[in-house]
Amino acid sequence: MSDAMHANTAPGTGTVDAAEVAKFEAMAAEWWDPNGKFKPLHNMNPCRLDYITRQIAAEFGRDLTTQQPFAGLRLLDIGCGGGLLSEPMARLGATVVGADAAPRNIPVAKLHAEQSGLTIDYRNTTAEALAEAGERFDVVLNMEVVEHVSDPLAYLTACHDLLKPGGLMICSTLNRNPKSFAMAIVGAEYVMRWLPKGTHDWQKFITPDELYDLIRRAGLDPVDRKGMVFNPITWRWSISDRDLSVNYVTASLRR
Amino acid sequence: MEMQADVLIVGGGLNGPALALALAQAGLSVAVIDARPAPQRAEAGFDGRAYALAIASKRLLQAIGVWRSVEAQVQPILRIKTSDGRPGQGPAPFFLTFDADEIEEGPMGYMLEDRFLYAAFLQAMRATDGITLLSGEKVEAQEVTAAGVSVRLASGKTLTGRLLVGCDGRGSGVAERAGIRRLGWGYGQTALVTAVHHEKPHEGTAYQYFMPSGPLAILPLPGGHHSSIVWSETEAVATEIQALDDAGYLEALKPRFGGFLGDLSLAGERFTYPLSLSLAERFVEERVALVGDAAHGVHPIAGQGLNLGLRDVGALAEVVVNAARRGEDIGSAVPLGEYQRWRRFDATALALGMDAVNRIFSNDNPVMRLGRDLGMGVVNALPGLRRRFIRQAAGLEGELPRLLTGRKL
Repeated sequence: MSDAMHANTAPGTGTVDAAEVAKFEAMAAEWWDPNGKFKPLHNMNPCRLDYITRQIAAEFGRDLTTQQPFAGLRLLDIGCGGGLLSEPMARLGATVVGADAAPRNIPVAKLHAEQSGLTIDYRNTTAEALAEAGERFDVVLNMEVVEHVSDPLAYLTACHDLLKPGGLMICSTLNRNPKSFAMAIVGAEYVMRWLPKGTHDWQKFITPDELYDLIRRAGLDPVDRKGMVFNPITWRWSISDRDLSVNYVTASLRR
Repeated sequence: MEMQADVLIVGGGLNGPALALALAQAGLSVAVIDARPAPQRAEAGFDGRAYALAIASKRLLQAIGVWRSVEAQVQPILRIKTSDGRPGQGPAPFFLTFDADEIEEGPMGYMLEDRFLYAAFLQAMRATDGITLLSGEKVEAQEVTAAGVSVRLASGKTLTGRLLVGCDGRGSGVAERAGIRRLGWGYGQTALVTAVHHEKPHEGTAYQYFMPSGPLAILPLPGGHHSSIVWSETEAVATEIQALDDAGYLEALKPRFGGFLGDLSLAGERFTYPLSLSLAERFVEERVALVGDAAHGVHPIAGQGLNLGLRDVGALAEVVVNAARRGEDIGSAVPLGEYQRWRRFDATALALGMDAVNRIFSNDNPVMRLGRDLGMGVVNALPGLRRRFIRQAAGLEGELPRLLTGRKL
């Protein structure tokens, strides 16, 4: 594509100039390169998606072997980044709002969605602002966000407010113990250099029991929790019923 | 004309249709581009070309609904007898016999003629929603973009999709246009393939003689009095034999075959296949995957390539369908990487099993040779036991694609 075409076709970039668009395009390519900067997310994505899709299908009685099984569901992806979860959800038929507090992620995600032929409403906003504006969803995806916020209870309360009654929140995060410190910070950030140093603050990691407690105090009803375990031999992530020692994921309902 | 499908498959032989059926039955739309002209309605006559289907291949055919249309035409392989052959003297007494009663899976494999299998695939494709078969169409160009992949046909049609699969054989144009290089070499051997009629019934027995010049396999065909012959000779000898008239050909075969099935006569066309290896340096490229001989041309005789190709089909269909159900882009690097990891070691080990592994392990150990046959049913292509050996040595556990266990996706 020529630069002129970028300027014409990039949605929502308004007055952004061609050089900016080129930069966004490079960033989109980076977000979506499975061997690039976000390799750990790409690696984990099939496992996260397996959990998310099965929970949604079970909760809303959808059949994953059909086309667009999530049609009619309104879904919010908090901390959408480049759209690694928003796009699959849109492809499965959900009406997706992708929210990210980092303004520069939004045009990047928009550009990639357009390349993929998907319609996704990406917004530079926060869960709290959306809740305040009265937005409501059937599903809220809250993946690897809660360990980065300053007030988890206030944040989870906003997530509660964003759900319609009967709505489902999927929330994943990192456990707090010596193993998660070794794996997530020493391993992923310092040894493997999968993530920029300083990505995580181990003090903010939350144990599954603490998370269940916070979710309940936010008014939601936790119904399931599973571990996500990385196998360094096969280089694959899988869902575990027992091992929640590092990465784990939960499902909660607004009754 | 423009057309859109989730998956574009180039090659309408056997792997292409099998993959198309597996994907379409799971809800994806598929276009199959076949260079051959539209198949004639009249069924082809008997030409002796047949496949020895391994049990896993049968299960895949069951899972995609093709088995029931060929079931009446298969010959189960109930017994395998092996022997050391001596040129000019025919086989030595059979020294080891495997009987299907000894394994719980039933027959060790099934012989099935090409004409029946291909016809069944065609019929199934026509009866399946979501498959478009474009016959007599040649691909001129292919292009990968951020959004997908498109191919331009010589007829002027353009097709776009999210994944392009090359099931177009060892000279794969899909691989070449994707910039995937190949390596390969010949073995100085040629397989002579034909069918014979024999006086006495074969009773479902496959025979294999190990001759110094290469193995001779006699594979039972339906009816009891026909067998498929796969006979390996050095190139020079094979060329000489192929040049003989039918009577001369039969005279050359008789002493090798022996007299245990009574009088012999030729009953099929005579084919020759030079034995060679052709391996793609990688099985995937951006939005492109290679299946079957396009990825690994091993041993073009008696359908061992088909058994291997169907394993590719099972693995690729599974990763693509799983990705679709997760909402992932089916042509993205994640599912394709998974396919390559799953298949490449197996296929490469098998391909090299013809060569390097033959040098590592002694070729004279009869137990090894038998284990090889048990594993794959028949013929001399797949060193099953040694393969398991290597896989274990490499710390890999064989994870069979779902379709190859007979389950639907």
